[in-house]
Amino acid sequence: MHSICSQATTVPISNFASGSRSPALAFSKQVNLRFCGLRKEAFGFSGLTHSCSSRVPFSSRGYSKKISASAESNGTPPKSFDYDLIIIGAGVGGHGAALHAVEKGLKTAIIEGDVVGGTCVNRGCVPSKALLAVSGKMRELQSEHHMKALGLQVSAAGYDRQGVADHANNLASKIRNNLTNSMKSLGIDILTGVGTIVGPQKVKFGKVGLPDSIVTAKDIIIATGSVPFVPKGIEVDGKTVITSDHALKLESVPDWIAIVGSGYIGLEFSDVYTALGSEVTFIEALDQLMPGFDPEIGKLAQRVLINPRKIDYHTGVFATKITPAKDGKPVTIELVDAKTKEPKDTLEVDAALIATGRSPFTNGLGLENINVVTQRGFIPVDERMRVIDANGNLIPHLYCIGDANGKMMLAHAASAQGISVVEQVTGRDHVLNHLSIPAACFTHPEISMVGLTEPQAREKAEKEGFEVSVAKTSFKANTKALAENEGEGLAKLIYRPDNGEILGVHIFGLHAADLIHEASNAIALGTRIQDIKFAVHAHPTLSEVLDELFKSAKVKAAALNHAPVSEPVAV
Amino acid sequence: MANALQTSFLPSTSSLRRTPILGSKGKSQALQVKAKIREIFMPALSSTMTEGKIVSWMKSEGDKLSKGDSVVVVESDKADMDVESFHEGFLAAIMVEEGGVAPVGSAIALLAETEDEIAEAKAKSQSSSSSGHKAVEEQPKQIEVAAPDVPAAAPVAAPPAVSASKYVALGSAVHPASEGGKRIVASPYAKKLAKELKVDLGTVVGTGPNGRIVAKDVEAAASVGTTDAAEGTVAASPAKPAPVAPGIELGKVVPFTTMQGAVSRNMVESLSVPTFRVGYTITTNALDALYKKIKSKGVTMTALLAKATALALAQHPVVNSSCRDGNSFTYNSSINIAVAVAIDGGLITPVLQDADKVDIYTLSRKWKELVDKARAKQLQHHEYSTGTFTLSNLGMFGVDRFDAILPPGTGAIMAVGASQPTVVACKDGRIGMENQMQVNVTADHRVIYGADLAAFLQTLAKIVEDPKDLTF
Repeated sequence: MHSICSQATTVPISNFASGSRSPALAFSKQVNLRFCGLRKEAFGFSGLTHSCSSRVPFSSRGYSKKISASAESNGTPPKSFDYDLIIIGAGVGGHGAALHAVEKGLKTAIIEGDVVGGTCVNRGCVPSKALLAVSGKMRELQSEHHMKALGLQVSAAGYDRQGVADHANNLASKIRNNLTNSMKSLGIDILTGVGTIVGPQKVKFGKVGLPDSIVTAKDIIIATGSVPFVPKGIEVDGKTVITSDHALKLESVPDWIAIVGSGYIGLEFSDVYTALGSEVTFIEALDQLMPGFDPEIGKLAQRVLINPRKIDYHTGVFATKITPAKDGKPVTIELVDAKTKEPKDTLEVDAALIATGRSPFTNGLGLENINVVTQRGFIPVDERMRVIDANGNLIPHLYCIGDANGKMMLAHAASAQGISVVEQVTGRDHVLNHLSIPAACFTHPEISMVGLTEPQAREKAEKEGFEVSVAKTSFKANTKALAENEGEGLAKLIYRPDNGEILGVHIFGLHAADLIHEASNAIALGTRIQDIKFAVHAHPTLSEVLDELFKSAKVKAAALNHAPVSEPVAV
Repeated sequence: MANALQTSFLPSTSSLRRTPILGSKGKSQALQVKAKIREIFMPALSSTMTEGKIVSWMKSEGDKLSKGDSVVVVESDKADMDVESFHEGFLAAIMVEEGGVAPVGSAIALLAETEDEIAEAKAKSQSSSSSGHKAVEEQPKQIEVAAPDVPAAAPVAAPPAVSASKYVALGSAVHPASEGGKRIVASPYAKKLAKELKVDLGTVVGTGPNGRIVAKDVEAAASVGTTDAAEGTVAASPAKPAPVAPGIELGKVVPFTTMQGAVSRNMVESLSVPTFRVGYTITTNALDALYKKIKSKGVTMTALLAKATALALAQHPVVNSSCRDGNSFTYNSSINIAVAVAIDGGLITPVLQDADKVDIYTLSRKWKELVDKARAKQLQHHEYSTGTFTLSNLGMFGVDRFDAILPPGTGAIMAVGASQPTVVACKDGRIGMENQMQVNVTADHRVIYGADLAAFLQTLAKIVEDPKDLTF
């Protein structure tokens, strides 16, 4: 569940540029100039050490508009195809690919059997952000201690469930409309119906009860996404045993809800439910809560997000059987020890949310027609998102992006993969660096990360024989965080002291999700610590947490000699 | 100034129980070294750290620890850090509770190598933190709970499985998941609260859906324990059998303990202040009703009285003033109500700071915390020395009126008697019954005059008789 909203809301690029301009015009100009200077350095530097092509296309995005206009008039592909590019699935991944395709001058269609926007916009990151915005405000208002420390007095805060639910629903429809309009205005054909691949470069689509149409395209991108994964033995009734799809409608706020799975989805919902007054029991199959996070961040997060809240947990257990409430009986959950498979406990709660991950939505795609066999439902692809068939051969002109390929199940990763594919089909080789894709969990405070966790980095270092160092800074020392009275938090940098390469950054603290991009951009652009530490951060801002983090890293002197001197910029 | 108070407050029983408190500490620490019981020390997390505060215990007593497990979160002068265990074993006893401060290098918990040694370790930690009665075997949980007659709070950390089966009969046991009482069904927050308030869930009757134990059940169970405990401090003295107090040799001359010495000095010093007394009878029907209503939220009578007094003082700053040199006096800037509490071998006056500003619930919690600390002899200097007005209540003994000695350095002290049903002549000419309590204020006449006290008492009576302001 991720903040792909940024992708969606910034879509009307032209509006943005001409219309709303930040009032601090002079300032922004200056900053831009300086940033250009820095970027040049980064390029010069990365050219020396790496030949990774992934950086260039990103930078060129900004001014490709005009180029595409001319490309359209000259270089259209053979007439024999209906479209240059067909995308199956109008989620965030498909949308990102479609927009970039138009920018590149491709005649593009997108097939959608449900609603435009996919999981993220309709049943995922977008509505959940609305709920989390409410929970964040509730938390603040309810924290007497916090209010008092700021000198504020607030009488008992309350909420109207339907009002909160409406807010989430309205946000989803607003973003959905934005998405639809952005595609329509660019001339992308939105074809309604379930898309099925009938042969190479050929797709049929249609609604139930209506005749199917067949369209052809030079290239096809599968972007069908995923659905909530429900382990067997769990009966979902949509009322008392629910998935994130139901939970986001917020049809009820149970007194006591069990959340199966303590990943992003589970954590975010625990934040929402506890803020609205529920008590939560986590059920986690692994031995530790929040297994996907850097252990140190996980520990701290548990101390802040779990222990002081009305949450308890069972770890190392499977929920083998969950029965919805009926006939006055509560929801029953049977727990079995994950290792010994012995029955361990039975819980009786008011509701259960299944947040055990997501499984790819690839049924009915007609993969058998082109000899593709899924692996646990995922469509196998290579590093350029090209689909691999049952014999291990690449299928020409067929790509798969997003949750359906399972490489990195994040909305913005899907979009980035889509853009990467469009780059390739328009003649520029491109490999997406997945280690530069940030991820965030929008609890209060937020958790964000990019690159490797510390154990992953240490494992890699062992194998490849380099040294790993870790630097940390605390939000406790940050002026802005203290002004907000939100000093709880940690930023952690994992890096190579021999050359200053950033291997991973993990942040837990106020607005961590927004702070991560300085690090993810640095990784994407290959910027080294010895360079980025000279970048200036406005004072006092939360971004100084990262500033301090980079400055506290100890890069060996040998690497510093390479550091280019900044070019003076005339202003 | 230390723990001064009026002589009437030192009942003969407490002087009889002059057991050697001070000696016990050193002795027990020597014991802990042998066997396979290790101490967990407060680590030095930075070069400048001299003491650390326990933010939270991540393990509970009885939990198994592996090498490298995080046991406790410590706040140093720089940041909060997890402290890991260097040894395998069982966390046998926590010696410094959450929120407590310990100097670097001092023991904060005991680690037993095997499960069998837990009890032994516990006994040791207990003998080092509580005074040495021989109750070890009968009451293994006596560490915090000084008053032995507090049923809900006593069997605190006993493994739930055991206590569950023991107490089933008390619970409602109608929850279907409880399998006829074999399991306890409690909501996550109820469990958390129970741990925090040291309530045995086995003894709590659930009122939630299907008989589930929810937070308010635990709070209700705890408030019974708390009020008993808070007022029980004083009550504990007569409850203990006075007749054959152990360890007392009649006819022997016993030197003062440090605390008794301090009390003695203060009492003599108090003779240099010209004091006078004014008494008042206050009807407490409304206050009693309010107390009944919010008792379940952990509010104690002591806190209510302190709050009422503080609100009255806010209107009469002169009664909250103090004269130290005989030439001038100070209108104190905050209203800090000191409340006399009898503890083993003496008495102490924990202070409720800013009692006029702090809300009643926070005040009650604060009071509980102070009483716990007082019992564990962990009160910091500022927690018993900053009172500007003192409250002494002997009502729970049935005392209907008494007279207190003014502690040096303060302007006034109020002696509170029991609230008793009294036959009164009502305004309409009939005979009625009201609960009445007598209070008697002793004040320094150099600065506080008769009319000041009279006006103050009138205000106080009004507040107590119409106590709606107390809950704000």
